[in-house]
Amino acid sequence: MGDVTPSQTVGPFLALGLPWPDGPFVVPQGTPGAFTITGRVYDAAGDPVPDALVETWQADERSRFGHPDDPRGAASSAVPGFRGFGRCPTDAAGEYRIVTIRPGPLPSPGGGTEAPHLDVSIFARGLLDRLVTRIYFPDEAEANAADPVLAAIAEPAIRATLIASPVEGGGPGRFRFDIRLRGERETVFFDV
Amino acid sequence: MSDGLVLPSYRRPDSVHPPLNSPEYRSSQLRAPLRPLVPMPQWLTEVTGPLLGAERVTAADADLTTRHAGEPIGERVVLTGRVLDSDGRPVSGTLIEIWQANAAGRYNHPVDNHPAPIDPNFDGGGRCVTDSEGRYKFVTIKPGPYPWRNHHNAWRPAHIHFSLFGRAFTQRLVTQMYFPGDPLFAQDPIFNSVPDPKARERMIASFRLDQTVPDWALGFEWDIVLRGRDATVFETRADV
Repeated sequence: MGDVTPSQTVGPFLALGLPWPDGPFVVPQGTPGAFTITGRVYDAAGDPVPDALVETWQADERSRFGHPDDPRGAASSAVPGFRGFGRCPTDAAGEYRIVTIRPGPLPSPGGGTEAPHLDVSIFARGLLDRLVTRIYFPDEAEANAADPVLAAIAEPAIRATLIASPVEGGGPGRFRFDIRLRGERETVFFDV
Repeated sequence: MSDGLVLPSYRRPDSVHPPLNSPEYRSSQLRAPLRPLVPMPQWLTEVTGPLLGAERVTAADADLTTRHAGEPIGERVVLTGRVLDSDGRPVSGTLIEIWQANAAGRYNHPVDNHPAPIDPNFDGGGRCVTDSEGRYKFVTIKPGPYPWRNHHNAWRPAHIHFSLFGRAFTQRLVTQMYFPGDPLFAQDPIFNSVPDPKARERMIASFRLDQTVPDWALGFEWDIVLRGRDATVFETRADV
């Protein structure tokens, strides 16, 4: 088991290899009910990080994955073109965006239920390994309160870094999720 | 209801990956988190992942030397290898993405201000999908080393960036492949951020005379190993 290849940083030039024109679209443009999650990545000085890559992975609207290792069986979404995966480099202002639909809640081993969430990977110069976090939704208070991953984080202010904010005046179903890599208001990052 | 939801479990490699806080690599000091990582269970979202494959590539994407009117300057290289998990199982049909500097050590990117020439016949990005045995093949040129500002007289050893998905969110890996015998290894804080010298060796390709194409290109081989699964997992029911 010791023979895993080590991680290395993506460096400052990931734009040569990783961005895709359709990267931010977990569902195709124009999908009914699709919404946008936007956010900014910040460093320890509070400056935006213009050379990061944010990736997301999630269940579909019926809580399923098109993947053979889901013991409930691989299932394809009723939403045409649902990919489950999103990828967006940050721009000069440190901003990324993902266009998606809301995933369903998930059963967990032991009988609990995970609230709707997206798993997130963050890559950037200065990060020798990816960072992993999660995006939860602000209007799922009850489900979030019962979520075992959120419940494991004792401090409410720290737990709150995993919950997106509604975008005021941004229309229905738009969310904001900023990522603070380091410092006082640092986002929760996971060891998966 | 969800009693008996039995999931695979991916082993956490011990002292393989670099510590996020590696002060010798200066950029980490503004960007690496200070709080310890929170342990996360491997549940449905983590043991699944995007199965990206043939739909994302064309055959031309694996040859970085034939995209332009002329050929790029540099030592032509045929780079082959396998993607495996740490139990030795091949990872087939998985997307690999690479990017690299040109032979002069310059990236074709607006932020790279190293005063070495841009090669109009080289953009530096490639992708391919592994075959049924986990094999991949790229044709490219050997990238040059280049200076950077981490410390006085700092130079990156020649390297190619690799991005891999595997079959699960837990297996996602971005790394760099190095060339054997590079004299710049000893002073490079990124290469040396990997604490175990044996693990560092696993980032270095091997020269292969038998895969060298006579009168045309040098052969290098590099296998990439992703996290494996716990062997006992399917015997352990989690219906507590």
